[in-house]
Amino acid sequence: MRHMLNPLDFSVEEIDQLLSLASDIEHNLPKYAHVCDDKILATLFYEPSTRTRLSFESAMLHLGGRVLGFSSANSSSAAKGESVADTIRTVSCYADIAAMRHPKEGSALVASMASQIPVINAGDGGHQHPTQTLTDLLTIYSLTGRLDNMTIGLCGDLKFGRTVHSLIEAMVRYPGVKFVLIAPDELRIPSYIREDVLTAHNIEFKEVSSLNDAMPDLDILYMTRVQKERFFNEEDYIRLKDRYILDKETMKLAKENMFVLHPLPRVNEISTEVDADPRAAYFKQVQYGMYVRMALIMTLLEVEKPC
Amino acid sequence: MLNISGLQEGVVLDHIQSGKSLDIYYHLGLDKLDCQVAIIKNARSNKMGRKDIIKVDGAIDNLDLDVLGYIDHNITVNIIQGGVISEKKRLKLPKKITNVIRCKNPRCITSIEQELPHIFQLTDETTETYRCMYCEEKYGKNL
Repeated sequence: MRHMLNPLDFSVEEIDQLLSLASDIEHNLPKYAHVCDDKILATLFYEPSTRTRLSFESAMLHLGGRVLGFSSANSSSAAKGESVADTIRTVSCYADIAAMRHPKEGSALVASMASQIPVINAGDGGHQHPTQTLTDLLTIYSLTGRLDNMTIGLCGDLKFGRTVHSLIEAMVRYPGVKFVLIAPDELRIPSYIREDVLTAHNIEFKEVSSLNDAMPDLDILYMTRVQKERFFNEEDYIRLKDRYILDKETMKLAKENMFVLHPLPRVNEISTEVDADPRAAYFKQVQYGMYVRMALIMTLLEVEKPC
Repeated sequence: MLNISGLQEGVVLDHIQSGKSLDIYYHLGLDKLDCQVAIIKNARSNKMGRKDIIKVDGAIDNLDLDVLGYIDHNITVNIIQGGVISEKKRLKLPKKITNVIRCKNPRCITSIEQELPHIFQLTDETTETYRCMYCEEKYGKNL
């Protein structure tokens, strides 16, 4: 039995297989409508995350399965002091697979160690959010046809943004990938990513502060939100939140075949006028998120691919 | 010159970094033993200048060499039988340590689930770096 706790738990070949399955699901959705007819997904959300929870639920429903679960710690036994391990032991009796979101880092690992069913980490605090990373990989793969030999620009909050860290860790496994890290000084990439991941893998990267200067070189632009909840000081947040705003004018500097991704929700870092640009891929990305979760559920449940 | 007699049977922990003997005394649970334990601090050493030594009179069951290796893998562990050294144990950095250090990351699951063991894994032998098994928070080796 396998779990999905960290995207790096899967080898490059296994990720390739997963993305290939997700891609087939995208193009042949009806074929998969009954592959999980007798299966139940438990969504254990100790903190609210409407987008991720709905994506998991929609994925299971599209596979013909059913879902049960809770959407906040207050509506679970955690409010009575039950441990994560005891909760998952109980849920193992009711469901075939579980997706868990928890505010504490390492909670998904604790669940997996006690579980009788596969556990998918749907976000454990600021630690890992593997299905977002898989979503990003599938989006890039589907739009460009490859995951190697490209220049990826990451813009905004590179310090606290865990999606950015996970994406870098996943992409350095492919050859010829370069990074342009676009952030103000206060939100630069943490040193452990710079040194332990980028430098350690001999990856070409540069850190810049101007989005406009970086635009012409990029094949992918990954925008992120400056997260208000990460700041102790309101003034710092206000000063930094409008630092990068992607608008029509900035898009004119980009390649014709560049794509813009964003893990969403956005605040104002991408102007709504960009939404109509064919290179704006962030809502398409949401769709890919569901396909990749369908592929992941099938893979962990060892459901055979239909003919 | 302080004189502490030799052991017939027991364990001598030699070449302890000066000042670390009490940490080791408690981490190995020597305070819970009934036998005689001598802690020698700041003994003269040609190699180290000053060193600490711990002598335990009597055999110790389940001496946790992992804890010792984590604290200082340069310590020499001499097993004494019949008044002579019967075995010298070499220490190395343990791959995994349990409940030796505690994760201080307030966002770690161990901060709210008290019964979980605090497990750290060696992730970089050259820099002697350990990471919490749950949240991957980095810890240097020194206590």
